[in-house]
Order: sequence, then C-alpha cells, then structure tokens
Amino acid sequence: MNFVFRGKRISGLLAVVPANEGSFLEEMRNFDFPVNRSLKLKEVMGYDKHRLVLDGVCVSDLAVFGLRSLFDRGLLVPGDIDALILVTQSPDHLMPPTSSIVQGRLGLKQDMLCLDINQGCAGFIVGLLEAFLLLEQPAVRKVVLINADVMSRKTSPKDRNSFPLIGDAASITVIERDQNDSVIHANLKMDGTRHEALMIPAGGMRMPSSAATAALEDVGDRNLRAKDHLRMDGSAVFNFVQVEVPPMIESLLETAGVPIGDVEWFLFHQPNRFMLQKLADKMRIAHAKMPSNVVEQFGNSSGVTIPMVIATNLAGRARGARFCACLAGFGVGLTWGSMLLSLGEMNFCELIEYPNATGG
Amino acid sequence: MTALIALLQEIRPESDFGASRDFLGDGLLDSFDMISLVAALDTAYRISIDGVDIVPEHFSNLDAIAALLRKYGAAP
Repeated sequence: MNFVFRGKRISGLLAVVPANEGSFLEEMRNFDFPVNRSLKLKEVMGYDKHRLVLDGVCVSDLAVFGLRSLFDRGLLVPGDIDALILVTQSPDHLMPPTSSIVQGRLGLKQDMLCLDINQGCAGFIVGLLEAFLLLEQPAVRKVVLINADVMSRKTSPKDRNSFPLIGDAASITVIERDQNDSVIHANLKMDGTRHEALMIPAGGMRMPSSAATAALEDVGDRNLRAKDHLRMDGSAVFNFVQVEVPPMIESLLETAGVPIGDVEWFLFHQPNRFMLQKLADKMRIAHAKMPSNVVEQFGNSSGVTIPMVIATNLAGRARGARFCACLAGFGVGLTWGSMLLSLGEMNFCELIEYPNATGG
Repeated sequence: MTALIALLQEIRPESDFGASRDFLGDGLLDSFDMISLVAALDTAYRISIDGVDIVPEHFSNLDAIAALLRKYGAAP
C-alpha cells in the first residue's frame, strides 16, 4: 500500500538507552557453545555490546525519562502535545495502554489522544504513518511518537540465536506540520500468514503464562528457551528480509520518481551487520550510505533502531540542512515498510542514557 | 573441493563433511554456521552471495555448495 503526505516533518528526535551495558564476550559463557564459533558470530553479525535495562525497568520508565529531559531543557512544551503514539511489543501491562501511563505520569493535558500500537521492527515507519495521518486533523498540531522496547526481559539469556543481539531502548520523535510543502512517500506491506516467524508464544490469552510456560526447554542448537520468551526463526526472517525489502525500496523510489543515487542515506532497521550488508550489496548501495553500526554498540532495539541509527550517525546533520533519506523497517507481523523523506533542520537530535536505576 | 572442506572445517573442525549429504539435518552445521560460511566464502572467493541464495538447500552438502559457487563464477 502506497502513501503520500505533504507538509509534515520530524522536528526533533531523542534516543534513550539504559546505561547498563552487556558484553557478548562476557556472555559467551552462558551459551553451551564452542568459543571459536561464538567469536566468528561476533565478527560476522556485529555482536559486541548491547544495552539492557536493570530489573523492573519498563517502557514507560524510559519514555518518561526522555520526555522529562526534553521538558526540563525547554526542547518540548508539555501542553503542546496533542497526540502521544507509543509503539511497543513489551508494554508495562496488558492493559491499560502504556501511552496512558506515560500521559498520567507526566500530567499531560486530557484534551489529547493516547494510542498504543503493537509493532516491532517496522514500528518507526508505522508510527510515523499514524502521526502523519493525525496531523491531517486541524486540532492536531504536534504529535509525539514514542518507540520503546525492553525485549531483554522477554529473551532467554541462554538463547544464542536471540539474546546477543537484543538491546533495550526508547526514542521520542516529534512530528509536526512543515512550512515547506515537502512530499513524503511511503509504502507498507503485511503478511500475517508468517506471524509465527517472530513471536512470544505465551503470556496472552491463547497461552496464558504459567509455571510450564516459564520452564526452559532445549530448542535445538544447544539453545534453551521458555514459551514466555521471544522465539525467532532466524532463517525465515533472514530470507523474508532479503526477498521482500529490495523490491519494496525499488518500488518506493519508482513511485516517488527519485533515482537511487539521489538518496543520501539509507537508514534501515538494524537487525545485524551481516543482513544489512547483504541488503546493501543486493541494491548496489555503498555500505557507507547504509550505516550498520547500531547492533554492535547498542543491540537491536526493534522499532527504536531507525531513530538510533540517526542519533548515532547523523546527529549533527539532522540539525543542519535537509537531506534526502530512505527509511525502512521490517519484522514482526510480518511487516515491512519504507519511507522517502527529507530529514534535517531538527530542533534536537541526540542520544542520552537512562541511569542505572530500577523501574517504577 | 579441498579448499571448500578446509573452510567448512574452520567453522566446525569436529565435523566430517565428506560423510554427509545433509549438513544441517545431520547437525554438522546450524543456521548461524551457514551465515559464518557465507561470510567466509564471500571473502575467500571474492564474491557476494545474494541474500536470497542463503537458504539451507544451497548448503546441504559439498555438491550443493560447489554448485552455488559456480553460479557466482567461482571454482570450488
């Protein structure tokens, strides 16, 4: 499905990562696995450091910390927020919406919309689409999009397929109308028939959590995982990305009438270095134009990785003159989406640390 | 094939790759080893194996891997 928007822009972006850092070299002992094979994975996939919340820290803790930082420094006025969209797959509770918890903790006005979206690695694209749609309403002048996940709390530390790459983080993106009549093109596709490729089987109504779902099981390849944990079919996800993403980008650029050479930056979701470099090779994009350095520094934080790649690599550029960027996210659902827009002239673009504190 | 077997044994020294027709099914390689192998093949043969070709059937045995390399103009 193709989308076109006019006169909207990202005016600020803040990434929040826990100060607590895990190291793949130290965690290797958790995996019943020869050291040399783990070291090869480190080299190829880019596993190294990842940021992990301490016990009890929830999505709303990271979000409230980031928003308070913006309020305290006068970078965002609480009363200006007309809509709060929170995209997560690790909410504080099954109910109420975590966006309502954030609104309440910050004492934001009642005359606003709070909306949770259950999405993962394409969650930044989905959240931006929702924000742009809301800005079509005259009453909505400023939307805050929060992408946040604490998936380390739902990942088995003894699952070498998932734990080394997981990172916790939040991002706060401010979206508003643009004085320039800039055009934004986007596309989005979904395939629910493949929903089991990325899944937490237990914890919902279909399979409520119990002692049995919390028990670690041998799931092959010497990995131990419970049904309460994230399950990722790595081969299926890899193949999905390599098959679906290149034609999606090609279609986006064709619809927009923009040659691939005119795109300055390809800012994609950060699953791992290998997968991104294979995508870049397939699309004949220079690796330097598609940064793949987020996983090795911070881990894969699902829908937060596109804001992370911007804040990590382009903080200065994002506050300067505008440039043409292609964003893409792909993952749970399965969902894949992309967006062509101009970034720049942001009021803020930075990364801050959530201190080593427990949640609440 | 000798060079290819050497690359495989760098990843899994304990495996006898000449004795299996189904590396993944027989437990000689797992999906992450397959990724390590692709990275090693890309470097050794100066090719870039397309992501859509990184599927188990292309890595199930020595003949399958050799056929994949030939597709990219490399001599196994």
